[in-house]
Amino acid sequence: MAQSLFEKIWASHVVTPETDDTPAVLYIDLHLLHEVTTPQAFDLLRAKGLPVRRTDRCLATLDHSTPTVPVTTLKDLEVVSEPSAAKQVRQMEKNCKDFGIELRGFGSRDRGIVHVMGPELGATQPGATIVCGDSHTSTHGAFGALAFGIGTTEVGHVLATQCLLQRKPKTLAINVEGALPADVTAKDLILAIIGKIGVGGGTGHVIEYRGSAIRALSMEQRMTICNMSIEAGARAGMVAPDDTTYQYMAGRPLAPQGAKWDAAVAKWRQLPSDAGARFDKEVTLDASKLKPMVTFGTNPGMVIPIDGVVPQDDDPAFRKALAYMRVEAGKPLLGTPVDVVFIGSCTNGRLSDIRAAAKILRGRRVADRVRLLVVPGSAAVKREAEAEGLDEVVRAAGGEWREPGCSMCIGMNGDTVPSGKLSVSTSNRNFEGRQGAGARTVLASPVTAAAAAVKGAIADPREFAG
Amino acid sequence: MEPVKQIVSKTVVIPNDDIDTDQIIPARFLTTTTKEGLGRNLFADWRYEKDGRDRKDFALNRPENRGASVLVGGNNFGCGSSREHAPWALLDFGIRAVVSTEIADIFRSNSLKNGLVPVIVDATTHRWLLEHPGADVRIDVPSATIEVNGKAVAFPIDRFSRYCLVNGIDQLGYLLEQNAAISRYEQAHA
Ligand code: SF4
Repeated sequence: MAQSLFEKIWASHVVTPETDDTPAVLYIDLHLLHEVTTPQAFDLLRAKGLPVRRTDRCLATLDHSTPTVPVTTLKDLEVVSEPSAAKQVRQMEKNCKDFGIELRGFGSRDRGIVHVMGPELGATQPGATIVCGDSHTSTHGAFGALAFGIGTTEVGHVLATQCLLQRKPKTLAINVEGALPADVTAKDLILAIIGKIGVGGGTGHVIEYRGSAIRALSMEQRMTICNMSIEAGARAGMVAPDDTTYQYMAGRPLAPQGAKWDAAVAKWRQLPSDAGARFDKEVTLDASKLKPMVTFGTNPGMVIPIDGVVPQDDDPAFRKALAYMRVEAGKPLLGTPVDVVFIGSCTNGRLSDIRAAAKILRGRRVADRVRLLVVPGSAAVKREAEAEGLDEVVRAAGGEWREPGCSMCIGMNGDTVPSGKLSVSTSNRNFEGRQGAGARTVLASPVTAAAAAVKGAIADPREFAG
Repeated sequence: MEPVKQIVSKTVVIPNDDIDTDQIIPARFLTTTTKEGLGRNLFADWRYEKDGRDRKDFALNRPENRGASVLVGGNNFGCGSSREHAPWALLDFGIRAVVSTEIADIFRSNSLKNGLVPVIVDATTHRWLLEHPGADVRIDVPSATIEVNGKAVAFPIDRFSRYCLVNGIDQLGYLLEQNAAISRYEQAHA
C-alpha cells in the first residue's frame, strides 16, 4: 500500500505496536536537551536509580535561560543572570556530568538554540525520530525527520528507555504550489498557513508540507516553515528529503561520512511519500498570491497581509486581543510606531535570515525610537555572520549584535520587551506577555522586521526592494 | 502518581479561547529546577496587578471560586509551549481537571502524566458550562463521563491513559518492562 513519509518513519520505529489497550512503544533516535525542561527529568532518574540508556543519542546545550551578553564562564553568568537562571544552568552542567552526557555549553563552538544547533551539526537526519522538551522540535522535520516536542515526564522516559509511548497521529497534507513573490519569505508563507487553518487546525495531526513552492525552498526556509507547525497545533511538520537536503547535510560533523554517507542517502531516497499516499486531511495554498504577513493579535493565527486592515469580529476574546495589542478593527497596521525590533530565534535566527535583514540595514540607520536586537541562533551562525561583516552592518545601523540564545523570543534570560511597548519580532509566538509582561508582539519575517527598524513603524519590506 | 477516579467540584470559568501555556505559567517563572510552588504563579499576568496585588475580577481570585478544582476554559485550551510547568502549576494550585472543546496535544499528554484530567466536551455542553460558572460537576474517570446539569456526557480518553489515571500508574514503569523488546530493536537497527 502507498505510504506517506510519516507512515514510513513511524513503521520503522515501532518497538511494540499499538493495540486498543496500549499505545505504541516508539524508538527515539535523537534526544535534544536544554536546561529548562530537563532538571525534573534527571531528578526522576536519580530517584529511581536509573541510568541514561543511550548517552550517545543525546545532544545537550544551553539556550533558553542564558543571557545574550558575552558570558564565557559560569562565574560571568552569576554576575549577569538571575540567581534562579544561573542555578538552572549549573544544574544542567551537573546533570550532564553525572549522567555522562556531553554538554555543548559555554565555551563550546557549537552552542546554540537547540533547533539551530542540531541541523548545523548534521545530527538532524532524514528518517529519524527526534524529540526534545520543546515544542519547536518540529523544526527538524524540515529534513524529513519525525520530530516533535515532549513534556518533562517524557524527557525522563526517553532518558531512561530511549522510547516513548505514543498513539499514532493523523496526517495533514499542506500543498503549496506556485512561486513565492520577491520579498515574500518562508515566514510569510507559514504565517499565511496558520492564518488559514487556525491555531488549532493541526491538532492531532502531523503535517507534511508539499508542492512546488516547498520544493523550491532552501533548508533554512524549510526549517522556518516546519518550526511553526506547532503554532497551527500540529506537534510535527515535515518536508520530504531531496537533493537540497543532502547538499545541506554533506560533510557536517555528525552526518555519516564516506561510504556510510552514500548508503544513507540511498536509504533516505526511499523516504518521500509514495504516489497515492493518503492523508487524513488536505489543504492547498497558492504561493504566488502571498504578501508579507504580520500578526495583529495575541496568537499567530491572527494575521493579515502587510497592506491589509485588522478584521472585525465581535467575539469577546478577539476584542480582548485587539485591546491588549492597542490596535483597531478596520485600520491598517502599516505606519504603527514600533519600539523594539527583534531578529533571531529558532524560527529566523539563521545565517540567511540575518543576511536578509542586513540587506535592508546596510547603509541605513535604525530609527531613533527603536531598539534593534539581532541575536544569532548559534555560535556557528554568529561566526559565519561576522566573517561576512554582518555584525558591522547591524552595529553601523545602530542595532545591538548579541551572543547566541533564545533571547527576546521568550523573555526569560534578561532580554525582554518593556510593558506596553510594541515589538516587531521574527520569533514564533505573539502570546500576551511572551516577550515580557505587557509586551505587545507583532510577528514578521526578518525583512519586514528590518524595514520596521529603519522606518520606526510597521513598514512594507517591498519598499526597500533592490 | 495518585489514582484519580472521581472529581466532584464546582467549576471555575476562564472563558478565553486559545489559552496558551505562556498564560498558564509565564516563561519568566520557568527558571526553576523543581515542580513545587508553581501554583503561586499560575496565570500570573492575569491574576495579579503590576504591584503584586490580586486582580479582584479575575476568576481565580473571586471568593466564590475558592476551592473549585475543575477549570473550564474557552475553545482550544493549552496551546503553545511544551512546558510541563503548565499542568504542574494547575495541580499545585488545586485544579484537577480542565474542560474545553479542544485541548492541545502536548498539554493533554503532559496533563495525563501528572493526574490532571483533560476533558473534551461538545460545543453545547461547553456553552452551558461557560454560561453557568460555579456549576456543580462530577467527573468519573472509569466511565469517562462528566455530569453536567444532571446529564452524563462522555469525553474521549484512550484506554491506556484512563487505566493509568484510575490506578495511579506511572507510565515509566510500563516502558521499563519493555526492556527486552527495546534491546531487540536496538540490535536489529545497530
Ligand atoms: S528561540 Fe524561542 S521558540 Fe525557539 S527554542 Fe528558544 S524559546 Fe523556544
